[in-house]
Amino acid sequence: MSGFWRAFRKNRLALIGGVVVLVLIVVAVLAPMLSPWNPYRPDVKKILSTPSSHHPLGTDQLGRDVLSRMLHGARVSLAVGFVSVGIAALIGVVLGAAAGYRGGSVDATVMRLVDLMLVFPSFFLLLAVLAFLRPTIWTIMAVIGATSWMRVARLLRAEFLSLKEREFVLWSHAIGASGFRIVWRHILPNAMAPVLVAMTLGIPAAILTESGLSFLGLGVQPPYASWGNILNEGKDAIEVGWWLSFYPGLAILVTVLSYNLLGEGIRDALDPRLRQAVGRGR
Amino acid sequence: MTLYAIRRLLVAIPLLIGITFISFIVIHLAPGGPVDQIGGDLGPRSTAQMQKLMREQWGLDKPLHVQYGLWLSRIVRLDFGRSFAPDGRPVLHKIAERLPVTLLLNIIELLIIVAVAIPIGVASATRQYSLFDKFTTMFVFVGFATPDFWFALLLMMLFGVQLGWLPISGLRSPNWEYLSFWRQQWDFLGHLVLPIAVATFGGLAGLSRYMRQAMLEVVRQDYIQSARAKGLAEAVVIRKHALRNALLPIVTILALSLPGLIGGSVIVEWTFGIPGMGQLMVQAVFQRDYPLVMGNLVIVATLTLVANLIADVSYGVIDPRIRLAGRRAR
Repeated sequence: MSGFWRAFRKNRLALIGGVVVLVLIVVAVLAPMLSPWNPYRPDVKKILSTPSSHHPLGTDQLGRDVLSRMLHGARVSLAVGFVSVGIAALIGVVLGAAAGYRGGSVDATVMRLVDLMLVFPSFFLLLAVLAFLRPTIWTIMAVIGATSWMRVARLLRAEFLSLKEREFVLWSHAIGASGFRIVWRHILPNAMAPVLVAMTLGIPAAILTESGLSFLGLGVQPPYASWGNILNEGKDAIEVGWWLSFYPGLAILVTVLSYNLLGEGIRDALDPRLRQAVGRGR
Repeated sequence: MTLYAIRRLLVAIPLLIGITFISFIVIHLAPGGPVDQIGGDLGPRSTAQMQKLMREQWGLDKPLHVQYGLWLSRIVRLDFGRSFAPDGRPVLHKIAERLPVTLLLNIIELLIIVAVAIPIGVASATRQYSLFDKFTTMFVFVGFATPDFWFALLLMMLFGVQLGWLPISGLRSPNWEYLSFWRQQWDFLGHLVLPIAVATFGGLAGLSRYMRQAMLEVVRQDYIQSARAKGLAEAVVIRKHALRNALLPIVTILALSLPGLIGGSVIVEWTFGIPGMGQLMVQAVFQRDYPLVMGNLVIVATLTLVANLIADVSYGVIDPRIRLAGRRAR
């Protein structure tokens, strides 16, 4: 662990990313206290007012304060990022562990399922599912999680394939440990490093997906604010209110960039060899 | 070679069936079934009629395995049913008129990405840690993190609204019919600039990074050392010995990035009002036009599968090790 910290500390960009991520988490948690205005209260006298000392980031078409809405939007991003990645990790770990440990037909089935899921352009699949479900923040999290577990499953399977032949595992077989115990207590803890890295890099991907869906109007529904749906309103106002599009997008960019820098920093510090395995794809 | 191609084709068949199966599951995700789902949103006017249509089209009153059999047998015949929209046209026709636009955009994007990203990747790998390399690394990170819809809005505001240089919506100007032939082509090209710029941005970042990585690995190999040792010019070493080998994995990367690229069409087409499959998909979802949604999903996934297949086979063509290794293993 101390070796990890020593390596991580040398990576200045990753440190900056980590600090920004921490600040974002604090901001999201404290959003109701930090917001200067009520993010849901319209004010007809202040429709689309330019950024000023009263409204540092201006107001939207209904006269609501953009800064306050963005602070509340940070909570959506944070929640969607963590929960959907948690769901993806859960599915990926269960399927990946089963495939790697059992091998044979279980392995073949799981890996074909992974191939299959990867054939679907994810946005089309997400939209198709959302056509049948009502888009709420919960369905969005579930759907993003259910369509992004493949990388974790692949990584964990690969780890299991090599770990299950190692001596400490063979010994626990010899002393009669149950299959579940071997997987849970002996193999899984040793296989988690790449999964944790993939999860860190999965959070920004989930945030991008959620904001994309909300931008289309098929994600988090008004009046609730998310960076994506503020941008959706901004799209209709590009000729009169640049601030409505500019700031939420910048927030997404900074957030995603910070998580990516942090994730790559963790990966390089944990094990530089992972660079190959846990690359990033879109 | 033919054998290799046939083997890849055989692997694709279960995937094709899998696509129809996943899509079938999607239909049944709705709580209480898709028919109930329709009721709430659309009002009593069309509800009863649509529910009847859906029961007929998808055989929803039959047992699940029968339903799947029906669904499969209709897809095999390319029968995706009729759209719920008032025009009630066959789904296949609606998709067919949108498909060329999306294909055209994606092919142009792919060509630009390859043409620009490979030189960038090679240049930054051969000058590792130079100013150029640092700059492209930064560009890659920012490119990965930039939401494409935001980038689209920024470009629209700058080039469309502020400068007024480029059109920001659709593929043709309102006065298109009155323009001369060459003016029409020029107008069409102008409409393509911004959407293509947005769509290529993210892919450019990804591919140039992979290219740099692949190149860095290849130049460490012994055969590059020996090429240098026998006194070849550095340019020849890079172009003939290194680049050709570094390009091999890129074919796979390109194939893997296809679903992302095609998925990206949704946002680009919706934002710029381009009448392609992505826009059709979003419209269909908003109107809860289920047959159209399902048709879109199955066709897009099948196209991606076909594209992957082509990439697989061409990988076998350019790298004999691949097709020979597969034969020995079996």
